[in-house]
Amino acid sequence: MKKIKERILSGEILISDGAWGTMLHSKGLKMGECPEKWNIDHRAEVLDIAKSYVSAGADMIETNSFGGNKFKLEYFGLGQKVAEVNKAAAEISREAAGDNIHVLGSVGPTGKIIMTGDISLEELYYCFKEQMEALESGGADAILIETMFDLEEAKCGIKAAKEITKCEVICTMTFDGNDDIGFHTMMGTTPEAAAESLIEAGADIIGTNCGNGIENMVRIAKQIRIVDKKIPLLIQANAGLPSMINGKVVFSETPDFIAKWIHPLINVGANIIGGCCGTTPEHIRKIAGVVRNSKG
Amino acid sequence: MSDTLERLMNCVELGKINKLSAFPPSLKGQDGADELSKLALDEGINPQVILNQALIPGMSKIGEKFSQGKAFVPEMLISAKAMTAAMKHLKPFFATGEIKRNGVFVIGTVFGDLHDIGKNIVAMTIEGAGWEVIDLGVDVKPEKFIETIEKYPNCVVGLSALLTTTMANMEVIVKEIKNKYPDKVILVGGAPLSQDYCNKIGASFYSRDPQGAVEYLKKVAA
Repeated sequence: MKKIKERILSGEILISDGAWGTMLHSKGLKMGECPEKWNIDHRAEVLDIAKSYVSAGADMIETNSFGGNKFKLEYFGLGQKVAEVNKAAAEISREAAGDNIHVLGSVGPTGKIIMTGDISLEELYYCFKEQMEALESGGADAILIETMFDLEEAKCGIKAAKEITKCEVICTMTFDGNDDIGFHTMMGTTPEAAAESLIEAGADIIGTNCGNGIENMVRIAKQIRIVDKKIPLLIQANAGLPSMINGKVVFSETPDFIAKWIHPLINVGANIIGGCCGTTPEHIRKIAGVVRNSKG
Repeated sequence: MSDTLERLMNCVELGKINKLSAFPPSLKGQDGADELSKLALDEGINPQVILNQALIPGMSKIGEKFSQGKAFVPEMLISAKAMTAAMKHLKPFFATGEIKRNGVFVIGTVFGDLHDIGKNIVAMTIEGAGWEVIDLGVDVKPEKFIETIEKYPNCVVGLSALLTTTMANMEVIVKEIKNKYPDKVILVGGAPLSQDYCNKIGASFYSRDPQGAVEYLKKVAA
């Protein structure tokens, strides 16, 4: 299989998948239940989600392993099962992806803060190592270190992925803010500063995910492109901010709404477009439609 | 205001913990919150005055910057550390009653939710505003809140949630508390929340940043 980076450098615009959490809940995952445990005891449902993104037209799908690190799994009594849970996550996505779709092993933040001494860089590295090894052994061809807010943690993740796996390494950070106050991670890092550091740390692909709607992603992508014109850029926006309507979580941005923002995103230099919280296979189908039509 | 108090306030705002701490570079080699709070006591300044005129305003300044998007989590954390270094010297006076706190604030992340960074920052900010904070941690069930309220009948309660899916559990907790304690003041916060949601579930107050909660608590205490 050709590397994602090569495909982008040859001019392709690629499609990634959308939300997993949203889909798991729609299939009955209960609040407070461990999503990654489903890789073991609800395999069919997880496979179904992976397949739904493949058939929506994604060129790459993630794995159900966002919270699959030792610290998060420990809380559910699964601290000894990091390898098993993550390997299963990658195997499920690989089964749905076949040989032609990329599998991105999802690695989320640990929730520990380095600067307060919550965790040392050594412990963090080991935690990433354990998870990433299992994702690669289950069939991931890329590691996606995502939703990062602390540059130090992100850099540690990139280092671990580079040193331990043969996978392509992608890292996305989450920025909050708006046009008036500017965009920053929770720790105060701007998109420009983040891009510079992630590239220097050795990421093959960088990007941004989550956030507060697709319109702001265009602004953030523009800022990242100030720093580097070439680095492959992945954008996965939330379907807007959620609200509770009649006891149900509703995301404001529909597939049609998101579809309107795909050209603006490509125009500012996005190379891979997918979704985050609240997006569904229907959102991805629309995005793929826009991208593939514009290819003519 | 005395020079010592003014310097102490600056140390809390800028996160200068003690003489040895390297941050911020502009105060390198100078006394920090640790030394200056001791000095203030040695100068005979009333401990309550140290708290009210140096520590609380220092935290409040950084809290305001945070809510305006001009300071971020690291700055809040380091200010809280400086505050803690100063509080160490004031501790004996809390025990003897020479310093009075504004009240007790009980905080926790709602059951089903394991996220604690936002909750911790709110806890630090409110502690820095002169409240005694009882932190119940994450994944806190309604029973635990009720139990703690029984222990601290005059407390104010704060609920935190990061996820849209767990935000719904706030409603359960608010209902159970209000059932037993209809007048209990309950603050809610977290990324997915809104004023609408706060109204809908019958909580007392919502703020998008910790400083908003501090301002509201001033009214509650008054």
